[in-house]
Amino acid sequence: MNNEETEKTDLKAKLLNNFRDFEKNLNGDAAGIIHEKRKDAIKYFETLGFPVKKLEEWKYTNLTPALKHTFKNPLEEYTSALSENDIKDFLIKKENVNLLVFVNGQFERKLSKICSKNDNVFIGSFSDGMKTHRDIIESHFSKYVNYTNSGLTALNTAFAGEGCFVYAGKGEQISEPVHILCISDAREEVYFSQLRNLIVAEDNSSVNIAEDYYTIGDKHSFTNTVTEIFCEKNSGVEHYKIQNEGPNAYYTGTTQVHQEKDSRYSDTTISWGGAIIRNDLNSVFEGTNTECHFYGLYLLSGKQHVDNHTFADHKSPNCYSNELYKGILDDNSTGVFNGKIMVRPDAQKTNAYQSNNNILISDDSTIYSKPQLEIFADDVKCSHGATSGQLNEDEMFYLQSRGIGRENARTLLLYAYASDVIDSIKFGELKEMIEIKLEKKLKKGD
Amino acid sequence: MGNETEILEKVTSGDYKYGFYTDVEMDIAPKGLNEEIIKMISLKKHENEKMLEWRLKAYKIWLEMKEPKWPNVHYPPIDYNEIIYYAAPTHKKKLNSLDDLDPEIKRTYEKLGIPLEEQLILAGVAVDAVMDSVSVATTYKEKLGELGIIFCSMSEAIKDHPELVKKYLGSVVPQTDNFFAALNSAVFTDGSFVYIPKGVRCPMELSTYFRINAENTGQFERTLIVADVGSYVSYLEGCTAPMRDENQLHAAVVELIALENAEIKYSTVQNWYPGDKDGKGGIYNFVTKRGICAGNNSKISWTQVETGSAITWKYPSVILKGDNSIGEFYSVALTNNMQQADTGTKMMHIGKNTKSRIVSKGISAGKSQNSYRGLVQVSKRAENARNFSQCDSLLMGDKCGAHTFPYFEIKNNSAHVEHEATTSKIGEDIMFYCNQRGISEEDAVALIVNGYAKEVLNQLPMEFAVEAQKLLAISLEGSVG
Repeated sequence: MNNEETEKTDLKAKLLNNFRDFEKNLNGDAAGIIHEKRKDAIKYFETLGFPVKKLEEWKYTNLTPALKHTFKNPLEEYTSALSENDIKDFLIKKENVNLLVFVNGQFERKLSKICSKNDNVFIGSFSDGMKTHRDIIESHFSKYVNYTNSGLTALNTAFAGEGCFVYAGKGEQISEPVHILCISDAREEVYFSQLRNLIVAEDNSSVNIAEDYYTIGDKHSFTNTVTEIFCEKNSGVEHYKIQNEGPNAYYTGTTQVHQEKDSRYSDTTISWGGAIIRNDLNSVFEGTNTECHFYGLYLLSGKQHVDNHTFADHKSPNCYSNELYKGILDDNSTGVFNGKIMVRPDAQKTNAYQSNNNILISDDSTIYSKPQLEIFADDVKCSHGATSGQLNEDEMFYLQSRGIGRENARTLLLYAYASDVIDSIKFGELKEMIEIKLEKKLKKGD
Repeated sequence: MGNETEILEKVTSGDYKYGFYTDVEMDIAPKGLNEEIIKMISLKKHENEKMLEWRLKAYKIWLEMKEPKWPNVHYPPIDYNEIIYYAAPTHKKKLNSLDDLDPEIKRTYEKLGIPLEEQLILAGVAVDAVMDSVSVATTYKEKLGELGIIFCSMSEAIKDHPELVKKYLGSVVPQTDNFFAALNSAVFTDGSFVYIPKGVRCPMELSTYFRINAENTGQFERTLIVADVGSYVSYLEGCTAPMRDENQLHAAVVELIALENAEIKYSTVQNWYPGDKDGKGGIYNFVTKRGICAGNNSKISWTQVETGSAITWKYPSVILKGDNSIGEFYSVALTNNMQQADTGTKMMHIGKNTKSRIVSKGISAGKSQNSYRGLVQVSKRAENARNFSQCDSLLMGDKCGAHTFPYFEIKNNSAHVEHEATTSKIGEDIMFYCNQRGISEEDAVALIVNGYAKEVLNQLPMEFAVEAQKLLAISLEGSVG
């Protein structure tokens, strides 16, 4: 125990040291609102540190194994040498896609490709955005996510400087999706990378964004991201997060959504790679008549551990939220689902639904599910459901009696089960890619 | 709308019907808690040294513990040194019949509308009446004695059946379990003890009527029920308390042990003083209730109707250790005005083919907060475990809150676990349907709430079902959302 604690403190101390160097190298950036927030955030990280299991929010997820490695800081010690050939398998087969590539938290201009360009739209890296859209970034940065109660968010905020920045001006319907490819290069060293993303959708605009995570190499890696999404009146944001990382990758990330009147937000999170994954997805309904969808699929095997925390915060009346998370757990894997719906006083006429289903395939898999409702208004319709079980024997029998082999029947049923989530993806080429991968994964499980 | 508000005010401003105070000559310990007080309690109870040691050990554990802060309830900090830990109605000799009972106490029961005699004759219930901390009357003992059933107060059991007490006391809720259980273990003054021998089906509903009486006296009850192989018992617990301005602390511990093929049914109707409409006064109810299905094919069923207390913190749980054992939890929790309730259950599946069922119905009105908090745990070896949970909340008024915090920890793939929860108010269309057919608003609400809670009320024994229905109706009349 003592040993673990010191190791943890080691990483913390190292990061605190890194911050001093980081500050020195900022040059002109060291002035301004963003840096004020960074300095404030590092103080919170110093007090909060990395989350421990004692915290209710981290009851089932132990980060200790992820923190014991000696991580290097990619900002100082990494220069990417990835070529187009290295990433070709990760690309979406569609012509008009805005591609942003980040390797170990750094922007790869060479590999990226932007096709949506006009005065009212910006798609690019955070640092480039700071050059041309500083006012906009400063007016939204760290306004929605709360770093005073989360060590990881504080850490991310302290080092915020690179990530993606997407801006859709008034009335801009960006038809070309944004594909954010986040790669951990773990071929030679063990890196601790961070990404800070900001997505701003102005009045009546819309944008589709896919965050896609991959690992190259089989060394350990740690990625800590924060994505802030601001949806102005009547805007629509579709957001996908696909976690394909390697078996030695650790990932923690928070997505914080802020929704104004009549806005629509949809998120689909698919987790099937990585050793330990923790996703926090929070949406605050600041305006009336907003709509929000959370979909999630976790398909786990080996010793994988995936923790999904979601929070739908109904602050205003007449909002709608719907959530569906499904899990398939094999081998020694562990799944955690914690879904919270909060209906604040005065948020009347709220409709909020939540459902979490789990299939445990192996004897050694574990699921911890905690769907929560906190309701302070009376004229609401809220429900949640959670189930855990096995494949239905009757359904298996039905398929087998029609000449479908046991293994095929199993794959078919699991595929159908997962489809409820996959069908929420409206970005056709991405969906196709995922369907192919899902089929492969399910067959491999045999 | 104006009409609704009027009715709502009429109901919520109604005084607590059972608030009165009986002056019985009390035998009271000084305020505060220390080893001396515990020694005094032990001495007063004529306990042996072992028991005193057990209490002191619990006290030491308690000193190290911190009051839990995780429940979704808020109250000013309790000063444990301002509480009187022992108060007994003075009586010198043992009572042979009810006629020897203090007439003051008798009158208290009559005011409550549960005359002891009538209970005995009409309902055929043996009542172990608890006035504050000491049992003052135990009836029907002889009839039960013929069957070998032991039904007595805890202090008698410690004296007369030390071997049973030693074997089972603290076996389900150890002293280290939680802050309030440790406190209870140190200072508990009395409670009920039931032992049902092998193969005996207890012919009547056993019942204890609790009363909290003396000012500033915390009530620390300890109940232990042991059902031996193949036996059956149904136990009732019901409470009302007099009106008092200062908050009263109640930290009871109930332990149930069901051996092979045994069944225990434990029903509670709780109607302690909830405080006035501004939240002043009222009982703090911090209870630890747990049962263990120790043998195969055993069953434990908890049923509760909670309408009183300023704060309720209570999670009747079942440890399903034996194969094929069954745990059940049926609950109606109603909060009004400033009441706060954080209640639910824990079902721990350990044996094979275990089943559990949770039905929780929360009703919040006024400015109250009502939370369900439950845990369903399926351990690795619990093959074919089956759980069904349903927790519904009904909201009346826009100032109240309803919350659900269900936890699931499933470590076995043959487990089949289902949970569903809904929150809503009484639909306007339903109200309209009733009104249209000449049913007044108030009657319609009573009808709907009764229907809503029926699934739980049906689980109560007859005598209690009537009382519970009345309680719900009184508390909810006119609370149209």
